[in-house]
Amino acid sequence: MKQAAEPVRQGALALKAAAGSLVASAGAWVSTAAYAVNDLPGGPAVNQLNFHPPVTKIAEEQHWLHWFMMIICAVIFVIVFGVMFYSIVKHRKSVGHKAQELPEPIWVELGWTIVPLLIVIGMALPATKVLVAQKDTTNSDVTIKATGMQWKWGYDYIKGEGEGIALVSTLDATHRELSNNPTGAKPDDYLLKVDHPMVVPVGKKIRIITTANDVIHAWMVPAFGVKQDAIPGFVRDTWFRAEKTGDFYGQCAELCGKEHAYMPIHVKVVTAEEYTAWVEGKKKEMAAAVDDPSKVWTLADLVKRGESVYAANCVACHQANGKGAGSIKPIDGAAVVLDADKSKLISVLLNGQNNGAMPAWKQLNDTELAAVMTFAKNNWSNKTEQLIQPAEVQAARK
Amino acid sequence: MSAVLDHHDAHGHDHHDDHHAPKGWRRWVFATNHKDIGTLYLLFAFAMLMIGGVLALLIRAELFQPGLQLVNPQLFNQLTTMHGLIMVFGAIMPAFVGFANWMIPLQIGASDMAFARMNNFSFWLMIPAGLMLVASFFMPGGAPAAGWTLYAPLTLQMGPSMDAGIFAMHILGASSIMGSINIIVTILNMRAPGMTLMKMPMFCWTWLITAYLLIAVMPVLAGAITMTLTDRHFGTSFFNPAGGGDPVMYQHIFWFFGHPEVYIMILPAFGIISQIVPAFSRKKLFGYASMVYATGSIAILSFVVWAHHMFTTGMPVTGQLFFMYSTMLIAVPTGVKIFNWIATMWKGSMTFETPMLWAVGFIFVFTVGGFTGLILSMAPIDIQMQDTYYVVAHFHYVLVAGSLFALFAGVYYWGPKWTGVMYSEFRGKFHFWGSLITFNITFFPMHFLGLAGMPRRYADYPMQFADFNAIASVGAFGFGLMQVYFFLFVVVPMMRGQGEKASQKPWEAAEGLEWEVPSPAPFHTFENPPKLDATATKVIG
Amino acid sequence: MSANAHGATPYYFVPGPSRHPVMASIGLFFVILGAGQWINGAQWGAYSVAFGLAWWGIVLYQWFRDAVSESEGGLYGHKIDLSFRWSMSWFIFSEVMFFGAFFTALWWARVHSVPALGGIENALLWPDFKAVWPSVQAGATASPAGIVEPFQTMGPFWLPTINTALLLTSGVTLTIAHHALQAGNRGKTIAFMWMTVVLGIVFLFVQGYEYAHAYADLNLKLSSGIFGSTFFMLTGFHGFHVFVGMLMLLFITLRLQKGHFTKDRHFGFEGAAWYWHFVDVVWLGLYILVYWM
Ligand code: HEA
Ligand code: HEA
Ligand code: CUA
Ligand SMILES: [Cu+2]
Repeated sequence: MKQAAEPVRQGALALKAAAGSLVASAGAWVSTAAYAVNDLPGGPAVNQLNFHPPVTKIAEEQHWLHWFMMIICAVIFVIVFGVMFYSIVKHRKSVGHKAQELPEPIWVELGWTIVPLLIVIGMALPATKVLVAQKDTTNSDVTIKATGMQWKWGYDYIKGEGEGIALVSTLDATHRELSNNPTGAKPDDYLLKVDHPMVVPVGKKIRIITTANDVIHAWMVPAFGVKQDAIPGFVRDTWFRAEKTGDFYGQCAELCGKEHAYMPIHVKVVTAEEYTAWVEGKKKEMAAAVDDPSKVWTLADLVKRGESVYAANCVACHQANGKGAGSIKPIDGAAVVLDADKSKLISVLLNGQNNGAMPAWKQLNDTELAAVMTFAKNNWSNKTEQLIQPAEVQAARK
Repeated sequence: MSAVLDHHDAHGHDHHDDHHAPKGWRRWVFATNHKDIGTLYLLFAFAMLMIGGVLALLIRAELFQPGLQLVNPQLFNQLTTMHGLIMVFGAIMPAFVGFANWMIPLQIGASDMAFARMNNFSFWLMIPAGLMLVASFFMPGGAPAAGWTLYAPLTLQMGPSMDAGIFAMHILGASSIMGSINIIVTILNMRAPGMTLMKMPMFCWTWLITAYLLIAVMPVLAGAITMTLTDRHFGTSFFNPAGGGDPVMYQHIFWFFGHPEVYIMILPAFGIISQIVPAFSRKKLFGYASMVYATGSIAILSFVVWAHHMFTTGMPVTGQLFFMYSTMLIAVPTGVKIFNWIATMWKGSMTFETPMLWAVGFIFVFTVGGFTGLILSMAPIDIQMQDTYYVVAHFHYVLVAGSLFALFAGVYYWGPKWTGVMYSEFRGKFHFWGSLITFNITFFPMHFLGLAGMPRRYADYPMQFADFNAIASVGAFGFGLMQVYFFLFVVVPMMRGQGEKASQKPWEAAEGLEWEVPSPAPFHTFENPPKLDATATKVIG
Repeated sequence: MSANAHGATPYYFVPGPSRHPVMASIGLFFVILGAGQWINGAQWGAYSVAFGLAWWGIVLYQWFRDAVSESEGGLYGHKIDLSFRWSMSWFIFSEVMFFGAFFTALWWARVHSVPALGGIENALLWPDFKAVWPSVQAGATASPAGIVEPFQTMGPFWLPTINTALLLTSGVTLTIAHHALQAGNRGKTIAFMWMTVVLGIVFLFVQGYEYAHAYADLNLKLSSGIFGSTFFMLTGFHGFHVFVGMLMLLFITLRLQKGHFTKDRHFGFEGAAWYWHFVDVVWLGLYILVYWM
């Protein structure tokens, strides 16, 4: 297959160059000159015309298959429409052509049934090979569970080096802000930058187990040739073995509600040594950051902590001013927030509300939940002076 | 050469007493006449095309540049969802039913549809459903925003408008089922004596098969959304894993409906093209029998390919292989159709009036969409393309350049029969070329966006995608303007009867019983069936 | 109406303008408008549904009255009779597809989703869930997330078996009625039709009792996870179809009493009979797949 691929690729490159210059000139007049934008290595390139440069075997095979299909289809296209346009030019009334009924021998009909059938079979064979390879998730070196949540990704390293690491990966808050700004200049990694990328070692087989907390999401990284739906209540898996180090980007690829466009995927592929170092560092960091739910906090500290939790999780819907927007309810002045009976608010955060329009937040830890609720109770015009301690949240969990 | 020996019925006939068209609004609201009901369907569909089109333009306007300029992401999802639903269920399907109403009785020499009152019921059911769909934007929480595919469990998070939408779809489904039964019965039972099934015009054949698809899959959709409804409100767990259900089950049931549904939207289009190409090539349709078999094969295959929409849900490799192979097979019968059309043109004596232009444009551009479909059907590459703009490009090539172009072709072809006046050839051609060019400007760049990984249903996107999105948006507005032009300068004049008077058979070589009645077709036609010349084979299109 | 100026049966009767279709869809408009509101807690929705249904019922009554008088007036020729036959057959086919969706759900749950949820892969998410169907047998947990209270299943004995007998008997009485009609024995036809209708009603009562028993004694509810969902939706939609079929037979019986139908022209009767047999067959499927297996 590789041999065949070479000439194919040569042709492809020429085609691509031609198409590229055509598109570039066509695009010039509407170009987004206002924003100087560059290719994002590992992410999309400006006016990219084909798949991302492959970083895994599978992605490379997909590339090959795509060109293979493109070329067969192009050939059929040229033949079929060559005939049609020849006929349109020659067999028109205005050039004096007289209609001639054709005989309809059975072999013609059979022929153009059987030949396409053979072509299709010829297409199916290489596809089958790639497909089978793609599905083989056995013998992985590292297994990571990717959990889709409205609207962020949780990564749990569950097997192999790094086991036990857990992180939550959210779109950089400033990018979400930028999105609301209709005209502002935007960086090259616009909407692709996250706070905590997933880190994996190069050259190792990584198995990704996908699942979701609320609705269906899809975990995709084009450069790896990977896309797998994350389905609530079920696990699915896929795999990749990155052959290059670097940063690779993807986005959630299944409609998952309002912020569907804002839950990117960022995979950092590093060398084995760097990976080990990262694992060490992460483990230490996690040990240090573990929140003790029995700790008793002061109001000021908790509000401060809550502010950052709010910024990371809530601001996308409820807005910085706490007023919500559209169907999103305000927090500022909300009865359930002001209510002296804290259990109501705790239950809303743990279980969600309105059929999940307000999602459940039980994946946050007790301290984070306590902090964000205390923040909400004491921010904007809400001045309740009420304080929810982590232990109260812990008690309210089932 | 005429196929009809006995013309007594088509022109003056015996009992004139009760054959005057009713007047005023009653004529339309209480209609039992297939032509009037056909007109109602066509007008309804056109209105929905406008509404769906405006939603599409709002989408394109938002996507013109990165960043949110016009709408918030929630509203964006509502726009996408309602655009899909309105176009599919409000515009394309009813438009084809309108054609069926107008043309099937005329083409088979029947006096009307088999069940005239039920026919009107099918139409009037669409009004409440259409109203509910459009009104859902104004309900608390806005319109449904879960995509036209209404995947669970996202539908469980929607507001009350979701229920309105579900009930509206139930009603639309009932309307489709009644309409299809009507069409099946009309075709099977009311053909003029001597018109065997294999002499029937292709348009009737494609609709017969489409009607079977409809009665087979609309009830399945009804089942799926009923389960959604009970999951939402009555505590069932069909799609809820916590109670033992499965969200993916929704997708299987939906696509068992959804894939045949897309052929429901293309088979009648094939029928229209199969009428037009012979007429303007001045030949009979090449390979009539194989056209019928190909249509049948497409329909049958369409029941076993549904999971090609679900390659990324993670099914076993055997499942992926099965659905990949069966999907690729559909290229074969579809190819037969393309080849037959080209063979019909071959050695013809072609002229290129507007209907023929649209038909050739259809064949050309639809094939592009067919090829991208084939590329999508390859599971290993679909993994890359699933839920990206490549899919959006694919289905607009087959739905807009396919279904919609064929509808335009049909309007130009049969419009003179409906209205009694010719359209302006210049305007028709302008509409065609303008639409063809702007269509490609709109949707061709989406292939690149998809390959580069831009997901669909996104309100905002990375900077690198900006240029192609801008081009697509400009194209979309151009395409929209062309349709405004079509409405103002083609449709309105024809409806007002302005223009050259159309002869009974404006197309030199058109075949079929519809050309045996005057233009515009009188209120009642073929009250007694025409006598067909048993030796005439040219009745068929 | 039109077309019958000469008193003979027209080649194909086409009714003149009619207000029934538009009126019927106005009725349905109120139904769906109200239903969408009602299930979201708006009380006026219920009134709208009731109003719409009543309106719709009246329209249907008038519509059928017209159709019956056309039929009895001799306007429906042989062709129309054939049209009715085709249409009823394909309508029943579409109903089969509707039930197909729910049978598929049952099959999918049993063969695929429940075993998968309890499978080794999903142990990551539901470590305590043991999948057995029905999800209440020894060793099973009723639902993955423990949101379903324990319940018992509805076995085939005795209520469902009684119901099977009722429906099968009703199929026999209906056939006897049909033969009697063909033999021109109207009295016997009417008698057996009434028996059929009554059997249908008794079936519905037994099913109602069965449901009450399920809720009260077995704790088997619509919300009992996927088992309850498929059980009640399948049997419930079937029961609804029995109700509709029973109404059809009832109206046919009333028409018979008014002297409608002849020994060789009685499609109205046959159409209702086909529908009844279809409902019967669905029940047999349910009896085996839902209650026995
Ligand atoms: C009119 C509607 C229509 C039609 C006709 C088709 C036709 C086809 N479609 Fe398409 N499709 C849609 C409407 C349609 N589709 C829609 C709406 C969606 C998206 C739904 C959603 O997710 O919202 C979709 C999505 C879709 C997908 C899922 C993509 C994804 O979500 O990942 C796939 C995958 O297999 C697919 C495949 C095909 C194929 C193989 C055909 C074939 O029938 C095409 C056959 C035609 C040809 C191949 C060209 C002519 C043939 C020749 C000239 C003969 C010689 C050729 C060869 C031998 C190669 N379609
Ligand atoms: C069935 C037919 C059909 C038709 C005809 C169209 C027509 C068009 N569609 Fe289509 N589209 C779908 C079916 C269809 N679509 C479906 C099923 C989806 C998937 C939905 C989902 O993801 O759930 C979709 C999704 C979809 C998307 C992706 C949205 C997303 O993923 O977020 C886009 C984006 O560009 C788009 C654009 C367009 C455009 C520009 C047209 C144009 O062709 C429309 C042209 C018509 C007009 C513009 C109307 C006429 C003009 C006026 C009334 C006057 C106003 C005009 C001016 C002032 C210029 N559509
Ligand atoms: Cu998560 Cu889309
Ligand atoms: Cu499909």
